[in-house]
Amino acid sequence: MSKVKVKQNSDFWERNRKSDGYLLKKTILKYGVSIARFILLFGMCFMILQPIFNKISVSFMTIEDLNNPTIISIPENPTTENYLMAAKLMTYSKSVVNSFVIALAIALLQISMTTLVGYGFARFEFPLKKFWFACVMLIVLIPPQTISTSLFLHFRFFDIFGLIKLITGDTINLRGSAIPYFLMSLGCMGLKNGLYIYMIRQFFRNIPKELEEAAYVDGCGTLMTFIRIMLPDAKPILTSCFLFAFVWQWTDGYYSKLFLGNVKLVSTELSRLVDSLGAFLMREMGTTVTIPASYGNAIMATGILMIILPLIILYLFAQRGFVESLSSSGIKM
Amino acid sequence: MKKQKKTLAGLQKRKAISGYIFISPFLVGFAVFMVKPLLQSLYMSFCNVEIAAGVINPVFTKIDQYKYALTIDPQFNQLLVQEFTRMLTNSLAIMVFSFFVALILNQEFKGRALVRAIFFLPVILSSGVILGLETNNSLMAQMQTDINEAVSGISITATVENLLRTANVGTKLFEQVFSIIDGIYDVAIASGIQIIIFLSGLQTISSSMYEAADIEGCTAWESLWKITFPMISSMFLVNWVYTIIDFCMRSDNQVIDKINSVMITDINYGLASAMSWLYFLIVMAFVGITSLLISKGVYYYE
Repeated sequence: MSKVKVKQNSDFWERNRKSDGYLLKKTILKYGVSIARFILLFGMCFMILQPIFNKISVSFMTIEDLNNPTIISIPENPTTENYLMAAKLMTYSKSVVNSFVIALAIALLQISMTTLVGYGFARFEFPLKKFWFACVMLIVLIPPQTISTSLFLHFRFFDIFGLIKLITGDTINLRGSAIPYFLMSLGCMGLKNGLYIYMIRQFFRNIPKELEEAAYVDGCGTLMTFIRIMLPDAKPILTSCFLFAFVWQWTDGYYSKLFLGNVKLVSTELSRLVDSLGAFLMREMGTTVTIPASYGNAIMATGILMIILPLIILYLFAQRGFVESLSSSGIKM
Repeated sequence: MKKQKKTLAGLQKRKAISGYIFISPFLVGFAVFMVKPLLQSLYMSFCNVEIAAGVINPVFTKIDQYKYALTIDPQFNQLLVQEFTRMLTNSLAIMVFSFFVALILNQEFKGRALVRAIFFLPVILSSGVILGLETNNSLMAQMQTDINEAVSGISITATVENLLRTANVGTKLFEQVFSIIDGIYDVAIASGIQIIIFLSGLQTISSSMYEAADIEGCTAWESLWKITFPMISSMFLVNWVYTIIDFCMRSDNQVIDKINSVMITDINYGLASAMSWLYFLIVMAFVGITSLLISKGVYYYE
């Protein structure tokens, strides 16, 4: 074993001598670069992961541990009290189920709609196509806040071209129910839907034309070609769009607050967490109490952990779906 | 339109019709949930909206709401300027950071998949409400000031800043740089998607180009500027636009907070619309001008 090594070593020096020191320089450079890269990447990965580690350690601490300056990361008396408290305040089991159902339904609806639209933009020539695509770009650019005021009123006094008022004599109040958001998703106007249309169109554009023409020649209609030929091919990009839609819907606070105010969702419950903690303590003690900053922080960290836990599990299983399919599909402008 | 209809016949016409059928969900959604509310909110921004007993009654007031938002409202002006500078510096930092990280992640090394997974984690973990929580709540604000006080003497940037200040080097520019370095975590967690976009661009460059350059005696540094940079310059445009838009919609954006509070707490729809239109127009103008400038420098290889 050692003999071989020596031989290799002497070989190395010989080759180095023959190449006038070029080999040595090259090898040193190679290892230097990988060491520098390792340090850099390790630092940056640590920076990204550190807040999560920190939250994990804080979430297991009791109030005494939190206030003890000698305890930094490993709690002295680990406790699951914080988890129970956060779960109670967020009505966790209920809101997780709600969030899951809504995020799943919305993501499915949005992706099926945006797939249709993206396919239409990618594979068909029709008049005014450029104009409509510019409109897609516009919905990416317009912050939803610009129209939130009138959407708010739109759904407060909901009507389809005055028809409903004609029949029942009054408009419908759709605020507080989930229907407006489903309607919007049906019309590709949900959260970041312009982005999905863009990504899906980009994917379909790269499929060779011959595939489609062969299907036409064999007697496939447009719809059949889409379902039989194109959809199976598009699985990776659809998966990654679906995962995005699910995750962004799961954590979205804006549309949830605007449309789903009455439904208990993890995202809206989380943003209320500290207030609910205050209210809970007030009920318990009977007087107004100031929550110690460290304790509020611990509960908040626990709440955030509990919300992102399902997402992390999802990410662990579908990591390839998130990263690889997106980077291999190649986004071009 | 009419002329085109005449020229389209047979298969072409059929395809045009199916094309319209495919994009019809978008057209309907766009008309009902975008154009109509957009026009309505534009109209409302010129009005004083009175709400009484469930009936909305817009009274036309010309540009009073805009005047109020810009000249009388004590916060809006400041917030606008503040958010705009934050957007500018952060977007630049995100672009540089994500390009740099994408370059590293594109190389071959052990554990690349793991590192990629970690860098992409923030896309999931810092989306939506979670991002706003860390800054938006009073408890955290208190904590943050405490922490800032505690570490003010020991951070590296503060020391360097002190050194530079005593050396009388121009400080205004450096302050911006230091604030970015201090906020590198914010930059890192906001650049997940941008890294992916840059990576996808880097992977489309054929390796034969680098090999040819290598044989001709190009150093890695030179081929970075002569090959990599021009080849993915279109990605810079995409990323720049995406970064700015993303920044505008973040939940910790104070202008948006202000608009929301005017709308929900003060129930002043007219003023809220005027404010959001102002914000929207400024952002649009900025995106338009910068992307025009960038697109001049974009190189298309084909």
